[in-house]
Amino acid sequence: MMEINVYLALIAIATLLSTYRVFRGPTTVDRLVAVDIMTTITTGLMVLFALYYGRMIYISVAFVYALLAFGGVIAFARYLEGGL
Amino acid sequence: MNALSITGEILVLIGTFFYFLSTLGLIRMPDVYNRMQTATKSATLGSLGVIVGVGIWAVGKGYSPAWIVQTIAVAGFLLLTNPISAHALIRAAYKRGIPLWHGSVVDKYAEHLASKTQAKKAGGETSEEVSE
Repeated sequence: MMEINVYLALIAIATLLSTYRVFRGPTTVDRLVAVDIMTTITTGLMVLFALYYGRMIYISVAFVYALLAFGGVIAFARYLEGGL
Repeated sequence: MNALSITGEILVLIGTFFYFLSTLGLIRMPDVYNRMQTATKSATLGSLGVIVGVGIWAVGKGYSPAWIVQTIAVAGFLLLTNPISAHALIRAAYKRGIPLWHGSVVDKYAEHLASKTQAKKAGGETSEEVSE
């Protein structure tokens, strides 16, 4: 199980880099793109945790999280466009 | 350590590497359109690698084959929804009037919008009495 720690470290670095774009981004859409990438990465992280703890039910958590994040990003995009 | 475990682990390694590359592109690219391009493409590929790789790895470790069904369901959902959300975001950016990077050479969407408004103007002249 030591190998999973390496992948978790890579994911942590990726999340830190996109957090930099969230704080730095010049426009609102820049921050939203960064948050979208962070939700995608978090879905992969939840699936990795399912393997880490050996529980299949955690994959369902990742599925629901992906569904809600998709709805949230679509709602934000429609709001910025002026159609909501 | 059988063949399934090794295959899954290599897939997970490739996926996390693509996660890292996507966020690197998020930092390095000059404007919001290029950032969306690099980040969304490689993050979709990376999550496919991670999620399917975890399913194959779990079967190789001796868990039940239902793992691979669930992981493929999640991966297919991400593959369908990730480009849609990126497209909606970037259309919102364009409608808000965020300018392209000064090194950009082509803007197909502006040409498309111009041709559409021209066609509407030409069509409006012929059917003016109908609309009024």
